[in-house]
Amino acid sequence: MKTKAMMGAALAVGLGMASAAVSADDGPLKVGFVYVGPVSDHGWSYQHDQGRQAVVNAFGDRVETRIVESVQEGADSARVLDGLAASGHRLIFATSFGFMNSVIRVARRHPEVRFEHCTGYKRADNVATYMARFYEGRHVVGLLAGALTETNIIGYIGSHPIPEVIRGINAFTIALRRVNPDAEVRVIWVNSWYDPGKEAEAAKALIDQGADVLLQHTDSPAPMTVAEQRGVWAVGQASDMSRFGPTAHITSIVDIWDAYYVRRTQEVLDGTWQSGDVWGGFADEMVYLADYNPSLAPELVEMAETARREIIAGTRHPFTGPIRAQDGSVMVAEGETLSDDALLRMDAYVEGVQGSIPK
Amino acid sequence: MPLNFEARDRPSGVVRAVAPVVAIALTGVFGLVLFWLLGHSPVTALHAYFVAPVSSVRGLAELALSATPLVLCAVGLAVGFRANVWNIGAEGQLLIGATCGGGFALMVQDFGGAGPCVLPAMLVAGIGGGMAWAAIPAVLKVRFGASEILTSLMLTYVAGLVLGYAVHGPLRDPDGFGFPESKLFEDDALLPILVAGTRLNLAAPLALGVAAVAWLAMARSLIGFELKVIGVAPHAATYAGFSPRRAVWIGFLVSGGLAGLAGVCEVAGPIGQLTPEFSPGYGFTAIIVAFLGRLHPLGIVLAGLVMALTYLGAEQAKITLGLPEAVTGVFQGMVLFFLLATDGLAHLRVRWRRTRPAEAGA
Repeated sequence: MKTKAMMGAALAVGLGMASAAVSADDGPLKVGFVYVGPVSDHGWSYQHDQGRQAVVNAFGDRVETRIVESVQEGADSARVLDGLAASGHRLIFATSFGFMNSVIRVARRHPEVRFEHCTGYKRADNVATYMARFYEGRHVVGLLAGALTETNIIGYIGSHPIPEVIRGINAFTIALRRVNPDAEVRVIWVNSWYDPGKEAEAAKALIDQGADVLLQHTDSPAPMTVAEQRGVWAVGQASDMSRFGPTAHITSIVDIWDAYYVRRTQEVLDGTWQSGDVWGGFADEMVYLADYNPSLAPELVEMAETARREIIAGTRHPFTGPIRAQDGSVMVAEGETLSDDALLRMDAYVEGVQGSIPK
Repeated sequence: MPLNFEARDRPSGVVRAVAPVVAIALTGVFGLVLFWLLGHSPVTALHAYFVAPVSSVRGLAELALSATPLVLCAVGLAVGFRANVWNIGAEGQLLIGATCGGGFALMVQDFGGAGPCVLPAMLVAGIGGGMAWAAIPAVLKVRFGASEILTSLMLTYVAGLVLGYAVHGPLRDPDGFGFPESKLFEDDALLPILVAGTRLNLAAPLALGVAAVAWLAMARSLIGFELKVIGVAPHAATYAGFSPRRAVWIGFLVSGGLAGLAGVCEVAGPIGQLTPEFSPGYGFTAIIVAFLGRLHPLGIVLAGLVMALTYLGAEQAKITLGLPEAVTGVFQGMVLFFLLATDGLAHLRVRWRRTRPAEAGA
């Protein structure tokens, strides 16, 4: 599996940890995984556990993995991380933003342990960060939604108004309006990553407002189920959600951590692990689109696949101008592309999104 | 054939004392069966649950750290519960206390101020915030007769939104890439650590002190007596001239203030900043702790430690044995069920009664 090392990327900081290889007579390498939700969420934590299983399949009895699921983001997370480090785990994946300061504090006490923190921005000699460019997937589904909508209203269920989610909304909306300039996006924030009840209510409210395509940046399959019942289109999040809405499911934007987890485990085994920051997309096989709904017209699939191939080739970027801000002013001039730094700090909607970002 | 529970006239002291021991024995037996059925060595599992978490200084410190917010909230709640004042919203008062105390620290930080006064002022702001939030259901109760159970519970969700607004808006860290979190507090705004190398901070002895004061006040003061009488015999209390309104105010202000203190101690302690999800629901768990401790401040300290141990044990079992969340949840439920059931049966008598024909026909 091809994994493009992005160590040289401008974001990488805090390098320079030289470490001895883990010798064979220490027994298997113990690798810990800390999840914010249950593995059974069919979304975020589920996909991280798929990555863990890839590590088990790749290394067999050279590794021993351990999961701790449903870890609260308060004071508990530091204790869990500390417990894993104290019980001999030498590589620990912490897979929620809210663990960030706990990871940094615990890592300071355990210089012999390598920590991998998903979606954070603080690094240290023994703390690396990683995240996926989910917005590349949002761009492709934006093109499809623009072609599929008849009411020109798209419902979007947001979790928390953080840059990652706003970036997804914007990437989607820009692509949507390239195909269909009359379409608009309505957002409902549920202030949770995983709350099937609230997500279902938001989905119903958006459909009642006329939305005929639903997007979600939350982790439960509830919106997909509602879309199936009400006969509208929907895009799945984090894992392949087609079985929750076989006719509604356009595709899902799937996170794939398998290759990254295998590579980083290999590096610890080889003694070549270094801190850094990886932000991988389609090209790095961190983001993937589930099989398109078989009822989609072949030319739509071709349009989506062309866009995906162009993003992989680097000839297309979801944030290349012209892009207008919500008030119509120019956000990105024609021909220019937003930098990674601007993407990481994104805190305003583009034209075509209704409402305002909650403060 | 209905099952009836009747209050025992005079609960036996021996039975009350033995009840927790029976509960622990039952938990042990059923735990052994559960772990054995799942293919784990029951001895290893029980060791992971109850021994491993407290077999080091760090473990004991973590136990005290986890029990502290539970004890602070539960001691306050018990004051009201004894007088039939049902504050279900300690979680919300905890969140507002943290927001006020933490917000104060961040404001002082922004103006470049610092010094030994910051921390005490934060604690006062936390207590004040919790009391103010608890005053809302108290007013609604005494002025309009609104059920305090509903209003205090519903205000918890409002409190979560207030904290969310604060960390998404005015208190958000400008260098935090837009994530909803405040800056880290400076050292002046952090509770001092008591044992080097652990996270045990000043809040733990503070909670013990609060429990001791509450015990004295409930057992020795007239107000404590008033609250007890209002709870046990409302009519007698009215004849004695005790004011139920005053009981509502005392119940809410004390429990709100202590919940606010718990909140600010949590953010000024292990968390060190304001985040939207810093509390795993201490304010709700504290309701169980209050009853587990039989609404007695010293019982609550013990109950808080037991409750914290079940959480630490569950974590330990997940880490060392790889038990799934579902199993640790079932086991924790079993511990609480047996503790509360044996305590209930010490106070209640079970009667099987045949349905009489007249009632059946009605």
